[in-house]
Amino acid sequence: MMCENCGKRPATVHYTQIINGVKTEMHLCEVCAKQKGTIEFDAPFSVTNFLAGFLEPAFGAQIIKPAFETQITCKGCGMTFEEFKRSGRFGCAMCYNSFSEKLYPILRRIHGNTKHVGKIPTKMGENLAIKREIDRLKIELNVAIKNEEFEKAAEIRDKIRELEKKLSRE
Amino acid sequence: MDDVVVTSRIRLARNLSDVPFTIKMNDYDAGLVIDRVRDVISKNSQYRFDFYEIRKLPFLKRQVLIEKHLISPALVSSKIKSAVAIDQNENISIMINEEDHLRIQVLYRGQNIQKAWEDANRIDDFLEEQLPYAYDETWGYLTSCPTNVGTGLRASFMLHLPALTLLGYMKEIIETITKLGIAVRGFYGEGSEVLGNLYQISNQITLGQPEEDIIANVVSITNQIIEQERQARLKLLNESSSFIADKVYRAYGILKYARNISSNEALKLISDVRMGISMGIIKETTIDKLDVLLNLIQPAILQDYFGKEMTPEERDIKRAELIRKILE
Ligand SMILES: [Zn+2]
Ligand SMILES: [Zn+2]
Repeated sequence: MMCENCGKRPATVHYTQIINGVKTEMHLCEVCAKQKGTIEFDAPFSVTNFLAGFLEPAFGAQIIKPAFETQITCKGCGMTFEEFKRSGRFGCAMCYNSFSEKLYPILRRIHGNTKHVGKIPTKMGENLAIKREIDRLKIELNVAIKNEEFEKAAEIRDKIRELEKKLSRE
Repeated sequence: MDDVVVTSRIRLARNLSDVPFTIKMNDYDAGLVIDRVRDVISKNSQYRFDFYEIRKLPFLKRQVLIEKHLISPALVSSKIKSAVAIDQNENISIMINEEDHLRIQVLYRGQNIQKAWEDANRIDDFLEEQLPYAYDETWGYLTSCPTNVGTGLRASFMLHLPALTLLGYMKEIIETITKLGIAVRGFYGEGSEVLGNLYQISNQITLGQPEEDIIANVVSITNQIIEQERQARLKLLNESSSFIADKVYRAYGILKYARNISSNEALKLISDVRMGISMGIIKETTIDKLDVLLNLIQPAILQDYFGKEMTPEERDIKRAELIRKILE
């Protein structure tokens, strides 16, 4: 299915809106969806929505809140984000990257944190350990600069450069 | 043994990167994971593991493994093929296809969390060498549930807290430590009563802290609870010594002479006597013996011990008989 707005790119984002029991669907590409996402829907939708809301008390019409659910699907296992929310379980290792943007707030709520700082599997190589050491040294560097300990800062900077060289060699 | 800490446990959740996680697995995938892990485990020379496919185990044997905390009820009720490798000392178990592909668990009696962590870590290293773990630079070890991602680590203690429970302090303690990212679970019986005054304390956060810090945090909070429990026992001893002495000796008397006893009643009485020993009231038996009983009184382990299936009525009689024998 191609994007209903531009007709150029494949539709990967699917909007569903239900007003007075009438279901309307929109299929967009990611580029168009991003624009729509901030502008809201085009005239027909919002007018209907507005009118429906306006007339609601008189006619007792029931309005179901529009569901703007972007259907992100994991390329690894085909799980949708909806499916994840329902089961609370991921379908495969790729799910984490597929849903990564939506994961940050969830992980922050659960762990108060979004970055692993624990064990690194040795097979993942020294690289990761070096990168992490560089991250740590950069924090140390900032502290040293803040405290105006420039001699120490220079030392740390040299250490960082050395580690970065080691990284690029590999 | 230990007056407050009954057991220490470390659990690591791990998954393979090249197979769907268990929620998206079919029996074929599940079988392949089991074969791969079994193959790797068999190459380990340090520990000797026995390997069991859960579906092939008789009902009673499964229950025994659950009661010994070597497998979880979830492993048994798994819709896909599941298995477990258990070391010969029954301290280490590797569950396959529970919520995650792999759950490495090490359980020791008493306060032994450091040793448990070292074992778990060593086995994890060994498995990682030969299996493609699902791991990400940012998220760490990728787990089926986001509550385990990062380290995949759960460090837990089973604590015996009869005095704090008796004095009514537990509610407040649970509220306080829950705020510190620690989960408390009781062995709940009927109503809201905690069976045997046994509580499990474990970390909830697995992401954003190194393993050592997570463990240190659980240890430090546990140590504070231990200290409070000891204070509470002293308080009971000082302020109501005759009440306590009567309570624990009555419990001891029933255990020693009963002819018919349910597991729930036995658990309550063992708890009282265990406290009585630590307070120096009861000198006729030891905490070690009671911890053995804590295991043996459970329905499946009891039947396994006597080597036959029994009705609940038969069990209650045999249970009383076994308790008498051990307290002899
Ligand atoms: Zn488009
Ligand atoms: Zn996936």
